[in-house]
Amino acid sequence: MSLLELDRVGKSFGPNIAVEEFSLAVTKGEFISFLGPSGCGKTTTLQMIAGFLDPSHGAIRLEGRDLVAVPPAKRGLGIVFQSYALFPHMTAAENVAFGLEMRKVSRSEREERVRAALALVGLAGYEGRHPRRMSGGQQQRVALARALVIRPSVLLLDEPLSNLDARLREDMQIELRQIQRNLGTTTILVTHDQIEAMSLSDRIVVMSKGRIEQIGTPQQVYEQPASAFVAQFLGKTNEFAAAVDRTVAPAKLVAGGWSAPAPAGVTGAVTVSVRPERISFGDAGLAARITSRIFQGNHWLFQCDTECGPAIVIRQNDGQGQPEHGAAVHLAWRAADMSLRSAGGAA
Amino acid sequence: MSAVISADPPSAGEARAGLTLALPALMLFTGVVVIPLAMTVMLSFHDWGQYKGIEPVFILKNWREIVEDPYYAEMFWRTFRVAALATLITAVFGVPEAYILNRMQGPWKGLFLLVIIGPLLISVVARTLGWALLFGGNNGLANKLLMTSGLIDSPVKFMFTETGMVVALAHAMMPFMVLAVWTALQRLDPQIENAALSLGAGSLTVMRRIVLPQIMPGVLSGAIIVFSLSASAFATPAIIGGRRLKVAATLAYDEFLNTLNWPLGAAVAVLLLIALILIVVGSNTLIERRYQEMFR
Amino acid sequence: MSRNGPLALIFHTLFVVFMVAPIVVVCWVAFTPDGFLSIPLTNFSLRWFRALANYPEFVHAFGVSLWLGALSSCIALLFAVPAALAISRYRFRGRDALSALFLSPLMIPHVVLGIAFLRFFTSVGIGGTFVALVIAHVVVVFPFALRLTLASATGMDRSVEMAAISLGADGWTMFRRVTLPAILPGIVSGWMLAFIQSFDDLTMTVFLATPGTETLPVRMFLYIQDNIDPLVTSVSASVIAITMTVLILLDRIYGLDRVLTAKGGDAGR
Repeated sequence: MSLLELDRVGKSFGPNIAVEEFSLAVTKGEFISFLGPSGCGKTTTLQMIAGFLDPSHGAIRLEGRDLVAVPPAKRGLGIVFQSYALFPHMTAAENVAFGLEMRKVSRSEREERVRAALALVGLAGYEGRHPRRMSGGQQQRVALARALVIRPSVLLLDEPLSNLDARLREDMQIELRQIQRNLGTTTILVTHDQIEAMSLSDRIVVMSKGRIEQIGTPQQVYEQPASAFVAQFLGKTNEFAAAVDRTVAPAKLVAGGWSAPAPAGVTGAVTVSVRPERISFGDAGLAARITSRIFQGNHWLFQCDTECGPAIVIRQNDGQGQPEHGAAVHLAWRAADMSLRSAGGAA
Repeated sequence: MSAVISADPPSAGEARAGLTLALPALMLFTGVVVIPLAMTVMLSFHDWGQYKGIEPVFILKNWREIVEDPYYAEMFWRTFRVAALATLITAVFGVPEAYILNRMQGPWKGLFLLVIIGPLLISVVARTLGWALLFGGNNGLANKLLMTSGLIDSPVKFMFTETGMVVALAHAMMPFMVLAVWTALQRLDPQIENAALSLGAGSLTVMRRIVLPQIMPGVLSGAIIVFSLSASAFATPAIIGGRRLKVAATLAYDEFLNTLNWPLGAAVAVLLLIALILIVVGSNTLIERRYQEMFR
Repeated sequence: MSRNGPLALIFHTLFVVFMVAPIVVVCWVAFTPDGFLSIPLTNFSLRWFRALANYPEFVHAFGVSLWLGALSSCIALLFAVPAALAISRYRFRGRDALSALFLSPLMIPHVVLGIAFLRFFTSVGIGGTFVALVIAHVVVVFPFALRLTLASATGMDRSVEMAAISLGADGWTMFRRVTLPAILPGIVSGWMLAFIQSFDDLTMTVFLATPGTETLPVRMFLYIQDNIDPLVTSVSASVIAITMTVLILLDRIYGLDRVLTAKGGDAGR
């Protein structure tokens, strides 16, 4: 049985629909990300799980029990807020101890657990510090310790890393994942950063305009995007208009000079979507001309004009010679590396 | 303010330009604030007699009279007692009201803010007149309301009593307290309350353990404003307190415009000023020391 | 966002009733048709407003208050705008002391200021004159004019001025065409707040006013000292109406909370 279940949850503010038809089952120990641009409803959904907002429709269940009727204080969820929301008038240890105090945990056990929680996030020795005298990264760790120390059934993270600089963010991602693995805490992360979502999650819920676009593992949503939105939101992608040619046998899928055997069941006009790193330069394929070539350290980024419109290609800097600016090339890719959608909408 | 110019020490040209612009106001203040205040301090050491008027000598007669005559001790004690009670009332009712106000939605918030702090700018004579009308005798509206609601059995005497003075002063000063607390509440991270809730705290605990400690500096600075303004208030004690229940400001007024003993009135005023400065500066220092860890 | 519970709303209602009760009562009684203080329930009458015309001392005092408020607010701004510019953009020794001095009329009890002014003006020989009143009011409203001008001068983006100079504007042109328009909302609100403060001041003015130069609050106060009748409620109701109008204008132009927060913050320092 799933630990946390959202069943066709919806939320509207007056005439504005923030979230609709949100259904998701989270299993114990899973790390889930809600990914989408700002205003897509991901934070609203998180707040409904946390209990700060009541859903307009649908049900939320934790271990089979209805959660909506339970006030936030009784839900037993751990939350890390975007602003960290540390209590400025309390020390790090007092912040972490607060949730245990509310649970009437004995003083000796409390002290032990606070020390352990701060050590877990690498802040042993910082017990007596006030939040204002700590760096952003340290405050973030206190917030995490405060949420974890109550042994929450689900840990909710609301854009917790967005206020950190790029280097620190990467370090924290690795650490967060390690802590989550070790404790086995079921975790939901809200983020607009697709790299963060992909590197941390077991599954990603991609959202747009209040609706779920796709739920899947990082590989699934990256390699088989269910919609144009998902394809474009998770990294760069190339899209070419293609058509199935039935005048030959077996039928072929054709985009300019590129062709491949048509997959079964595909008819008419389709959109071919290929990631830039999956395209190689070959002798045959989609005819193109290199319009710019940018060196980016471990890879090259090419912008090309093809017979089917503009495209970008990324090639590893593997020491092989690369085409020059203005060179005429052909773009090719394997059938397994593309995803197809009928030109009107989803595949 | 500007990062461009604040990096290096002020240049001579900058200082000259700044002083030139500020010079007219500086001259005005020196001439019409600093000198008159100094003259008032001097005045408090002058002699005065019913028939000889003010004699510009340096004697301690007025100060000795204030220290030795228990009438003045009682009057100052009343002044500060009334101010302290009014401050307490504004804090007890103003803090929760500011909290409620801050949780209101959209247009309601703006409307009630206007209703609550607007009276600050309405003529204090008009407001006090309103209280005089409400209090008016044993069958005033205030007493009728209180007795109908069952809060009291027999009418309370408001007019010409300290009770009435405290109520009317608390009303006059309430906007300052609500404003100070409201400003402090605005600086709170709204997620902090949610954080405390998610950790299992009830709403009373959130108020007592999370919100109150954070807005305490605001409450205290509001209390300092209310106390110093109440202790030097004139219109309310004069109208509600009447001719017999004197406080420092009304006594100084009497000495100046009725008895015409200016030196004694000046001594009362100077003592009030010194006492207030000591109290305000002292409590500000205490507050800063107490909260420096939190608001570095 | 969590909402207020029923208990909180009951508290809020009682609180608001407490805050508006004296103001409402004054305005209500002003419409009584009776010759004595009463709360009219069925009959409302304007007779006490009409009666004002027969009391020239109120009309005269109203005129004095209007003139005094307008004049002292304008003069205060003439001093406050350069001072605000000096404090907001130049750093010089004694700048903090200077702004403390300029804001000091907020901290010094008005009763003390009134006494000091009375002593001073009497000894320089202009005691009891309108000029003395104007000077005193300029000083008392100065902090309000300064605060709001200072707030908008500090908030102003100075690179706009630098842009004007780089385009060839001289100092005066820059001030007139760039700086002044940018800080105008602060100046206008500062004027209005200063006007209200001057128009309402009793504590200080009561020491300085003489029968020819009595302001409206002073006249009302002296009247109330003798007796309270419906006439003074109709005067008060008129004053309340005027203040409310300015208040609503101020709220529209600048936001009442901003205007008053600047004020509250200083009084505490």
